[in-house]
Amino acid sequence: MIAQLVAVFRKELTETLRDRRSLLSSLVMGPVFAPLLLVGILNLSLERSVSRLDEAVPVVVSGADRAPNLVRFLREQNLAVTLREGDEAGIREWIDADSEQVALLIPDGFGESFNSGEPARLLLFADGSNTRSNRRADRVRAVLAGYSGRVATLRLQARGISPTIAQAVIVDDVDLSTPSSRATLVLGMLSYIILLVTLAGGMYLAIDATAGERERGSLEPLLTTPGPRPQIIYGKVLGAAFFMAVALALVMVSLLISVRKVPLEELGMSANFGPGVAAGIFAMTLPFVAIGSSLLTVVASFTRSYKEAQTWLSAVLLVPTLPIAIAGLMDVEASPALMAVPSLSQHLLIQGLLRNEPLPATFVAISVFSTLALGSALTWLAGRLYERERILG
Amino acid sequence: MIRAEHLAKRFGAVEAVRDVSFEAADGRITGLLGPNGAGKSTTLRMLYTVLKPDAGTAIVDGVDVTSDPLAARRNLGVLPHGAGIYPQLTARENIAYYGRLHGMSGPALAARVEELVERLGMAEFAGRRAKGFSQGQRTKVALARALVHSPRTVILDEPTSGLDVMATRALRELIRGLKTQGHCVLFSSHVMQEVAALCDEILIIDHGLVAGSGTPDAIRSRFGSASLEEAFVSLLGEREGLA
Repeated sequence: MIAQLVAVFRKELTETLRDRRSLLSSLVMGPVFAPLLLVGILNLSLERSVSRLDEAVPVVVSGADRAPNLVRFLREQNLAVTLREGDEAGIREWIDADSEQVALLIPDGFGESFNSGEPARLLLFADGSNTRSNRRADRVRAVLAGYSGRVATLRLQARGISPTIAQAVIVDDVDLSTPSSRATLVLGMLSYIILLVTLAGGMYLAIDATAGERERGSLEPLLTTPGPRPQIIYGKVLGAAFFMAVALALVMVSLLISVRKVPLEELGMSANFGPGVAAGIFAMTLPFVAIGSSLLTVVASFTRSYKEAQTWLSAVLLVPTLPIAIAGLMDVEASPALMAVPSLSQHLLIQGLLRNEPLPATFVAISVFSTLALGSALTWLAGRLYERERILG
Repeated sequence: MIRAEHLAKRFGAVEAVRDVSFEAADGRITGLLGPNGAGKSTTLRMLYTVLKPDAGTAIVDGVDVTSDPLAARRNLGVLPHGAGIYPQLTARENIAYYGRLHGMSGPALAARVEELVERLGMAEFAGRRAKGFSQGQRTKVALARALVHSPRTVILDEPTSGLDVMATRALRELIRGLKTQGHCVLFSSHVMQEVAALCDEILIIDHGLVAGSGTPDAIRSRFGSASLEEAFVSLLGEREGLA
């Protein structure tokens, strides 16, 4: 009996390993592209959220001779000042030509207003619809505010007044997020990616072993062999599970390598993602393979052709991400009840590991048990499906 | 040997097989003849246990296919209509896979596979992957696969469809070989010449019923016609007229 299961398992493995294209799509694409995607998103969000203080922000200054001290101050504050003469209309043209540009116009009456102690007007030009130019304008604005503050301080001192009198309130930001929890926010996508790549790893085999067999006409002779049919299907489920486990291992290795390339430290984060955590995530996610392989096999068994199976399974791949998405929206805390929800429990365990706050062993036990229980139920269902004669289609 | 008794099977509103009874003896070739959609494949499918009859039973080598399908399958070698093989496996691996599913292993299995490769003349392509095989080569592999466990009874559903003249002749030789070895061979076809050339016993099926049976000669003489085809046409014509 078990001999048939082993024979089917070995044959499914051999066939899949020999089909280069399917091997590429199940074991190479996911583990290679998923981390690239993640790193890409991470880098993008890093670039958006941090305007690097050490980077010189370019600004064009027009009318510099009306305020040489101001221009010197701008340069001291690490702004890359370019002098260029032009009036308001001219500046509009420059920015039309290059919307990333930021320009400061020192108007005619600046000197007089400044010297007489009146608020002196400056014009800052920037394209508000361009994120980059917006960020540059913010920097220039901050530097100008600094200049304004310094001059005001000097003026008050010259009149014998303490500058602190002009400061009624002082605000200090106290950021309570730890470096690791901020990184987790960005790395929250990891569980999605890990589960998706794992499922995709066994998708080809699940289709080929069910809808593929039927389409090729090899299912009917297979069902005339004397083994109990569930054994044959269990062998196929096991084959899909094997490839999912391999895909999971591969994606963990590739994530381990690629996340190191992300400059998380620039955000003041420590990602806490080393070989130990990667191995932990692998172990916590491994039971999920039981659900993935049996679920895909059951769904593929209902389809009539390879193409139909592909369509359905692509949709089914998203099912395990639903609990994660819902939980993410509701911002749930791990609890024993939630640990009984497969895919969500893996997500919470992964998050715990990434936050360096591992969940208690009972939670792990509930997750493993509930996941394996659902996996066994689905595997049993797959076996039952092949005892119906309608399976021949 | 096969003994079918009042087999019936319906799919929804369609009565595929209404009442089919016959006997196919060991050491003889029995042909199931009938137009497309007559119920030949459904009858065979009930015999090789992938369909459960709504009524009636069939005994294959003393085993009731409805009450003990697993035991019945052990004695059966089956070549379903349009049977496919695994493209990524070699011919040998395709055959050996079925050997393992039948509980064979080790040197005994390897020897049996070689024997079949020899007997079916597959030595030339047995080590190649089945991906690019011709229809004839595929049929040979599928037949070898069906015979790997040395079944007493062999059921072939439209085995010659898609084969060229030479491949058809080779297959006929193989089927005759099975007969001389004492196997019970049951095969279906809608090709007259095929049945006429091979069969010891003919069973004509139409609209899910047995329309006539007997040796080719008996059928011919019953209708006083020179060829089996004429007999076939007049037999079916009779039934059409009655319906």
